[in-house]
Amino acid sequence: MSLQRSAAIMLRQFYLMRGSAARVVPLFAWVGVDIVLWGFMSRYLNGLTTAGLNFVPTLLGAVLLWDFFTRVMQGVTMTFFEDVWSRNFLNLFASPLRLSEYLAGLVMSSVVTSLVGLVFMLIIASVAFGLSFFSYGVVLIPALLVLFLFGIALGIAATGMVLRLGPASEWFVWPIPALIAPFAAVYYPLTTLPRWMQYVSRIIPPSYVFQNIRSVVYGGTVSWGPLVLGAVLALVYLVMASWFFSRMYRHGVRTGLIARYSSETLN
Amino acid sequence: MYGDNIAVNDVSFEVTSNEIVGLLGPNGAGKTTTINMVLGVLEPSAGDISIAGVGLAQNRSTALGCTNFAAVYAQLPGNLTVYQNLRVFGLIYGVKRLATRIDEVLQEFDLTRFRNTKCGVLSSGEQTRVSLAKAMLNRPRLLLLDEPTASLDPSTAQEVRAHIRKFATSGSGGVLWTSHNMYEVQEVCDRVLFLSRGKILLEGDPRRLPEEHGKASLEDLFIAVAREPLSLEVS
Repeated sequence: MSLQRSAAIMLRQFYLMRGSAARVVPLFAWVGVDIVLWGFMSRYLNGLTTAGLNFVPTLLGAVLLWDFFTRVMQGVTMTFFEDVWSRNFLNLFASPLRLSEYLAGLVMSSVVTSLVGLVFMLIIASVAFGLSFFSYGVVLIPALLVLFLFGIALGIAATGMVLRLGPASEWFVWPIPALIAPFAAVYYPLTTLPRWMQYVSRIIPPSYVFQNIRSVVYGGTVSWGPLVLGAVLALVYLVMASWFFSRMYRHGVRTGLIARYSSETLN
Repeated sequence: MYGDNIAVNDVSFEVTSNEIVGLLGPNGAGKTTTINMVLGVLEPSAGDISIAGVGLAQNRSTALGCTNFAAVYAQLPGNLTVYQNLRVFGLIYGVKRLATRIDEVLQEFDLTRFRNTKCGVLSSGEQTRVSLAKAMLNRPRLLLLDEPTASLDPSTAQEVRAHIRKFATSGSGGVLWTSHNMYEVQEVCDRVLFLSRGKILLEGDPRRLPEEHGKASLEDLFIAVAREPLSLEVS
């Protein structure tokens, strides 16, 4: 595997961002709007309760972590979509670039863009609303790791789907985080959900993250077992997503879809 | 095979070093499909492809590192500048001393003044020259050109033909070239292959083939192959 070839994919993304406000602004805009909106919501809820509950680390913190997960996933898919939109598959896949190198390039791009978003959210949340990441303690590290791995896995799976179904299917990709959020119990304890939804939550890695975050904020301890289970699940999804992408690519090469992708004849 | 349809069939050929081979045939004969198979973006259901002695199926990345291509339907991303595109693809192809090599191909294809221009705003002829510059970047052992001069004016097309001739004669690479311009084929190609329904019906020197088959020109021969392939198969 050549790191240089993966870096070329990331460099391409850097070139695109450097010259385009339309690509840079969304890195900050949506996460900024989310943090401001939920920051005020948290402040308002703090004023409503008499028990001295602080919604900033639970609600605003959850929004921040969920936005991080969403950015990770979109970091992968957006880099991939650049090749879809510029009809670049023939140039890329008729080159020595290996599939693993291409996926690594997508992931590397996502790491950079999601970190930029995370730092920006942290600055707003801490300066404007007094959120401290340190209040979560050591659980924050595995929490970010699980969210990152699952975001990458979903991003790769989504790109595999678009590779198979064609450019028009990119609209299936955008709502994926919103569809998962209720099961991930981002804003409420798992027990809030009906029984059948709780069963589904068990196979959603972020649910273990948010349960633990809430537990720590309310003075409990970290449940390492469920966190490890979440990490293992995320890793399994990552392997499955890579396998799925590889299968979709192989299908495209066997049937000629890759060669014709640039002419958008799939849909 | 595309589903139950046979696309190409028992095509078999070789391109040697310092040779320009013209792959000719009517629309739908299987030229682009053949090129796609050589480029690894379409898997043949039977047969083997080897580039510079490396099996494409066995060692795809190494084999494709020995090749490169330009085609009218595969322009480089229009949202990157000429330099950015060449740099990205230079890294992908592992080009040594990339900065120098980029300057060389920019000069060779008269693109230096467009170095920092986005490819999308270039004319189609200029974009074709950028594609050719990218195709030459790694000095490929096998250069695949699918109608490379289709969108060029006669003057630029002549210059491009000269560059490709120079590439074939000065280095160690061979060229597989498809074109519907028989004048161009006669001028550039050392050997032509007439492809029809996936079979190579005729093969030879494009300057001598018409006479050998009782035709006045290569274009007449092309028309005969396109309209009456069976008569040529029998002969």
